[in-house]
Amino acid sequence: MIQNASKHREGTLKYIKRDLVRNKGIYIMFLPVIIYFVLFHYVPMYGAQIAFRDYSARQGITGSLFVGFEHFKTFFGSSYFWRLLRNTLALSLLALAFGFPAPIILALLMNELRNKTFKRVVQTVTYLPYFISLMVVCSLLIDYLSKDGLFNDIAVLFGGTRTSYLLQAEYYRTIHVASGVWQNMGWNSIVYISALAAVDQQLYEAAVIDGASRWKQTLHVTLPGIVPTIVIMLIMRMGTIMNVGFEKVILLYNSATYETADVISTFVYRKGLQEANYGYSAAVGLFNSVINTLLLVGTNTISRRLNETSLF
Amino acid sequence: MALKRTRGEKVFSVFNVIILLIISFITLYPMVYVIFASVSEPVRLIKSNGILIYPLGFTTLAYKLVFQNRSILTGYLNTLFLVTVGTGCNVAVTALAAYVLSRQRFMLKRFFNLIVVVTMLFSGGLIPTYLVIKSYNLLNNRWVLILPGLLTAYNLMIMRTSFEGIPFSLEESAKIDGANDFTVLIRIILPLSKAIIAVMVLFYGVSHWNSWFNAAIYLDDRSKYPLQLILREILISNDVSAMGNDLGANDQEMIAENIKYATIVVATLPIMCVYPFIQKYFVTGVMIGSVKG
Repeated sequence: MIQNASKHREGTLKYIKRDLVRNKGIYIMFLPVIIYFVLFHYVPMYGAQIAFRDYSARQGITGSLFVGFEHFKTFFGSSYFWRLLRNTLALSLLALAFGFPAPIILALLMNELRNKTFKRVVQTVTYLPYFISLMVVCSLLIDYLSKDGLFNDIAVLFGGTRTSYLLQAEYYRTIHVASGVWQNMGWNSIVYISALAAVDQQLYEAAVIDGASRWKQTLHVTLPGIVPTIVIMLIMRMGTIMNVGFEKVILLYNSATYETADVISTFVYRKGLQEANYGYSAAVGLFNSVINTLLLVGTNTISRRLNETSLF
Repeated sequence: MALKRTRGEKVFSVFNVIILLIISFITLYPMVYVIFASVSEPVRLIKSNGILIYPLGFTTLAYKLVFQNRSILTGYLNTLFLVTVGTGCNVAVTALAAYVLSRQRFMLKRFFNLIVVVTMLFSGGLIPTYLVIKSYNLLNNRWVLILPGLLTAYNLMIMRTSFEGIPFSLEESAKIDGANDFTVLIRIILPLSKAIIAVMVLFYGVSHWNSWFNAAIYLDDRSKYPLQLILREILISNDVSAMGNDLGANDQEMIAENIKYATIVVATLPIMCVYPFIQKYFVTGVMIGSVKG
């Protein structure tokens, strides 16, 4: 028995040796990649333990006083907790509810166009906003939504009164979601347009022979044809629910709109980087990451069951 | 399908065109407005209420001021550095990693895959990352905008999938001729992967062009600020005072609006010029991204 085992070990060693020699090039090539991942991903992950410590710059991440779940308790007990969770979920769910169907509808409308040139023009125009930087989009929003901005000018034409939309908490969600739809609708429709182009033309001919109207064709041929794409896109989207576009929030919100605009990641930014409250904000950030991870794993599992496609 | 269309279908077609025209208008008008406003005469622009259907007069004064501005120029150069050098590094490292992960049999393949996938699932978070980068003494260093985001797991997966589609026999015959892995990657895999490389350049390039947040938290030195951060000062924080130093206070206030719009045009134009050329890669990029990472 013992002899057998050592023989086995020898075999394994030999195997490892042979693999190292034969795939030397591959291992050398991957070395910089591993160094990158360790330095910029795994070390910060290890550093996430400051969520359980009272960070002091002198003692560093691993040397600071261990306080257990103290920061988490403070966070869950604070009045901020519900507001942040509510705002994070509200913004992302609203963005999903409006931002998800919009590109599908746009693609379906474009698919019904007979004039190819017009179709190309509409496509080119609607892709365009995706390439405007977030900074420019936000500055346009600030400009157009200000008291003497474009939106107020239009409102006055229709007999309204002037308001500073970005200073009123009740408008924030609408502004955030609508501008998101404006910017991404065209770009996101690309995948559906491709899916629509791939629907078998013979199915339409068969439907026409069976006397299906244009509407019936859409309902029974076009839509079923793109359902798999819709499902994949929806699943991919679900995994990122807690990732509200927080850069946009940082650019657009102000203390007057915290009530509806402040989300978990902006809170982390404020507490951590502006007020240097590292331990506490890292705890809040960790809470966000954990929920994110759970959502990703969950949706990935569902996706694997449903479609046999998964991200990883 | 030359069948006669019913009345309802004809009505629908007309409505469809109208709806799409409205959507196109809503998409385009905010940008057209910026262009009109940027060349309008300041006095008339301030007095006008709202909607511009054509420019109010014509002046290029605001553009002259924008082009004279030092910080916009350095911002442009910094962003150019990021978009070229940064994207170059991104694509090179991504290709290297994707090549390794697309090889068929080697002992540590599962382990290497795991290293990548874990970073898709979990991240240290903003604060730990900040503290770690601080401890590397990377604060206020130009490379802090390139190194921490050198490789995106998602893009790596896309590129790996694409490399896996290249027939193994090509690589095998090259190896028999004595090529090593590096040569195979450079001479065989990359020349066959022009489309995916273009997609990667598009993805990484656009994200470098747009990024400002990392610059805002990691850089102190204004001379290293990328364009977007300079834009933030001028547009969002409304700090136009730095712009027209040879003008009187009154004139400055008058032309402030024009300067804002002209800045937007100058900052958006380059990407709009590239746009028609990269448009054909959109579909490839989005499709590869959505099918399977």
